[in-house]
Amino acid sequence: MNSKKTGLQPELPPFVPIDQVGVEERAARFRTRSIKAESKVHALRLALQMVDLTTLEGMDTPGKVRQLCHKALYPHGIDPEVPKVAAICVYPNRVRLARQILEGSGIRVASVATSFPSGMGQPNARIDEVRHAVEEGAEEIDMVISRWAFLSGEYRLVQDEIASVKEACGPSHLKVILETGELGTYDNIRRASDIAMDAGADFIKTSTGKVSPAATLPVTVVMLEAIRDFYFKTGRPVGMKPAGGIRDAKTALHYLVAVKETLGGDWLTPDRFRFGASSLANDLIMQLMKQKSGSYQSADYFSMG
Amino acid sequence: MSENHTSEKNNRDSARLPFRAGWSYDPAPESAASIKLDKRYQLFINGKFVPPAGKKWFKVWNPATEQVLAEVAKGDETDVDRAVDAARKTYRQVWSQIPGKERGKYLFRIARLLQERAREFAILESMDTGKPIRESRDIDIPLVIAHFFYYAGWADKLDYAFPGVKPRPLGVAGQIIPWNFPLLMAAWKIAPALAAGNTVVIKPASSTPLTLLKLGELFSDAGLPPGTVNILTGPGEMGMALVRHPGVDKIAFTGSTEIGKLIQQNAATTGKKYTLELGGKAANIVFDDAPADQAVEGIVNGIFFNQGHVCCAGSRLLVQEGISGELVRKLKDRLETLIVGDPLDKNTDIGAINSGPQLEKILGFLSESDEQGFRIYQPDCELPEKGHWCPPTLVEGVSQSHRIVQEEIFGPVLTIQTFRTPDEAVALANNTPYGLSGGVWTDKGSKIFKVSSRIRAGVIWANTFNKFDPTSPFGGYKESGMGREGGMHGLSPYLEVSE
Repeated sequence: MNSKKTGLQPELPPFVPIDQVGVEERAARFRTRSIKAESKVHALRLALQMVDLTTLEGMDTPGKVRQLCHKALYPHGIDPEVPKVAAICVYPNRVRLARQILEGSGIRVASVATSFPSGMGQPNARIDEVRHAVEEGAEEIDMVISRWAFLSGEYRLVQDEIASVKEACGPSHLKVILETGELGTYDNIRRASDIAMDAGADFIKTSTGKVSPAATLPVTVVMLEAIRDFYFKTGRPVGMKPAGGIRDAKTALHYLVAVKETLGGDWLTPDRFRFGASSLANDLIMQLMKQKSGSYQSADYFSMG
Repeated sequence: MSENHTSEKNNRDSARLPFRAGWSYDPAPESAASIKLDKRYQLFINGKFVPPAGKKWFKVWNPATEQVLAEVAKGDETDVDRAVDAARKTYRQVWSQIPGKERGKYLFRIARLLQERAREFAILESMDTGKPIRESRDIDIPLVIAHFFYYAGWADKLDYAFPGVKPRPLGVAGQIIPWNFPLLMAAWKIAPALAAGNTVVIKPASSTPLTLLKLGELFSDAGLPPGTVNILTGPGEMGMALVRHPGVDKIAFTGSTEIGKLIQQNAATTGKKYTLELGGKAANIVFDDAPADQAVEGIVNGIFFNQGHVCCAGSRLLVQEGISGELVRKLKDRLETLIVGDPLDKNTDIGAINSGPQLEKILGFLSESDEQGFRIYQPDCELPEKGHWCPPTLVEGVSQSHRIVQEEIFGPVLTIQTFRTPDEAVALANNTPYGLSGGVWTDKGSKIFKVSSRIRAGVIWANTFNKFDPTSPFGGYKESGMGREGGMHGLSPYLEVSE
C-alpha cells in the first residue's frame, strides 16, 4: 500500500529501541513465577505438544530419521496419556521419508532450507532448496536470514529474500530464523523480527541451534513483544519458536509464562508457539510421569529420540 | 475497502488480548508454619524485653487476613526516659569506648545472622505489612542485609571518609520509622548510627513493629552490648516524647510531611541534629523515543511496587502526547497480568493495603472522579473477601490542578498526563511541593542528562525506577525532607566534625 502511495519501494518497519537492562529484568521476573499442581501438569502437556523434535546433523542417516519419527509417534511407549509433539524438523533430503512414516498422524514435517545454517548460498539455490523441500512434502519451512546482509545494513535485501522464500513456500508455513546469537543487540533482534513479520513470516524463530547463544528468555521476550505490536498494527497473529538451548521442563515453563503474560492465552497453542529442541521432550515426559507417580524414574525408562 | 480496514483497525484497538484465558497459575503459598510469634511483645530496653510502665498493650493485625498477629507494648514517656537513659549509659561506658573495628564486627555479625534467617524475616514482614513475599524475599530483606554489611565496612574507616576533621559520634540517636518498609527503614537508620558510634532508641510504626522486635532478639543473639539499640513500641505521642527528649542528640525520621514539620519546629528550638525523609509525588517522564515496553515495566514497578506505599513512588506518569495512546494501551494490557491477592503467595504481584484507614484514604481520592470529571481504569481482577485491597488503578483525564495529581496518595494509583516538549515535562514534574524522586525514559543519553539535571528531586532514575543500593544516597528536596541516608552521605548526619 505504501509503495502505491509513494511510487517507491515498500518502507522498512520503523526502528523500535529496546532497553537491555529492562528486558533482562522482565525475563527474570517470568522466572520467579511458581508453577504448581494442576497448572504444572497442564503446562507440561502443553509444552510437549509444542515441541518440534529436531535432528539437523550431517550424520542424519535414514535410520536416524526413522528413529526420530517413531519417537514422535510413540513419545512414551504406548502410553496414550502422553500427548504427541507438534512436528519433526529435518534437512530437505529426509523430508520424504519423514512424511511416509508420519502420514495421517497429525504430526507435521518441517524442513530447514535456504542454505541452513549459514544462509551463505547463492540466492537462486536457496530458493530452489525451498521449492524442493516443499515438493518433497515439507509442511513447514524453517529458513535462515542473511545475517551478513542484515549486519551490513542491507535490510531491504533481507526483507526481499524473506518475501521470495514466502512465495516459494506456497501453502507451507514459513518460519524465519533470525539467528539472534549473531545479531549482537536486542535492538537488532527487534528490527529483524519486524522485518521478518512485515515480509510475511508465519513464525519468527530465534536460532539454528548451531550458534551459541541459541534461544534465551530475554531474546524471546523481545520477539514476543514485537509479535504483539505487529498484531495490534495489522491484526495478523505471528507465531514464535525459540530453538536451541531449552533442555529441561523448568526452562520450558518459564517460556510459557512469558508467552501467557506477553500475548495472552490465544498464543498458548502449537499453532502459535513451538519449541525447537531434541532433548526437551524426554524431560517433559519424565516430569509428567513424576507428577503422576510422585517419584522420578531414571533416564533409562525413557526411549531415545 | 478502506472503510473496512479502518473499522477493523478500530476493533483491534479496542479489542484486548485475553490474558486471563486458558492456562492460569495454581496457588503457590509460602508456608508461615516456621514463624513463631509470641502472644505479647514487650519493650526492648537495655538488652532485655521489659513490660511497659503503663501496663497497656495494643493489637497488631495482618492486613491481608484481618487476624491478630500479636499484642505489643504501648510505651509512654516513662518508657522513653528509661530507653534514652539506657542508650546514654551504653554510649558513655561501652559503645563510644570501643574501637571502630569492634563496632564493625558487631554489624558484620548482625548482617550474617540476618542472612541465615532471611526467609523467616521475609515471611513475617509480608504477614505484618501485606506486601508480597516476592518483594520481601527478593528486595526488602536482601537490602536490609546489604545495608548492615555496607555500614559495617565504614565503622573503622570514618577518618578516611572525613579526612582531617576528626569525625566523632553525636551520642543518642532517636529514630522513628514508617510502616511501608519496616525492617528496611530500621536498617537504613540503625546501621549508619551504630557504625558512626552512636547508640539508638528506635520506634517502629504501631501497625508494623514485629520484624523490628525480632531484630531485637537477633541483636541479643549477636551479643550486641545491652542498651546499644533500644526498641520502643507505642503511639505517636510516645514518638513525640522521644523527639522532645533532652537526652536525644539527633532525630532521624521517615514518615509524613506533617509530622516532619513538627519535628523541625522542635529541633529549631533545641539545636538537635535531624534528618527527615518525607512524602513525594514523583513524575515518571516518558519521551516518544523511549523503549516503550520497558518503560511500561518501569512505570508498573514505579507505582505498584509495595502497593504504592512508597514515598518515592512514580505516582505521576507524564507521557509525550504522540505516544500516549499506545503507551496507555500497553499499560492496560500489563495491568491484566498483575496478580493481586495473598501476600504469601509466591506469584502475587500486589499485596494488601497496609490498613483500613489507608485504604479509606486511597478510596477517598478515587471517589472524587465524578465530581472532578476524571476517569478511573482498573483491571477486571478478583479480590479476596477479607482484608484491605485496592486493584492497580490508572487515572486518566486529569490535569495539574486536580487534588489527585497534587497530593500524595500512598497507594496503587497512577495519574496520567501528557506533555508536548521537554520544557513542559520538566515544568510539570517540578510543579509540586515535593521533590524526592523522578524518572526519565528515553533512548537518547544526552536527553537523560539534560532533563534529569533540571528536575528538582533527590533521586532521578533513567530508564528504570525504584532501584536502591546502600552505596547510593537517598533523600529529598523541598517538602520531601532534609539530609541524605545511604552511602557515605548517610554517615555525616550521625557525626560531629571539627571545621
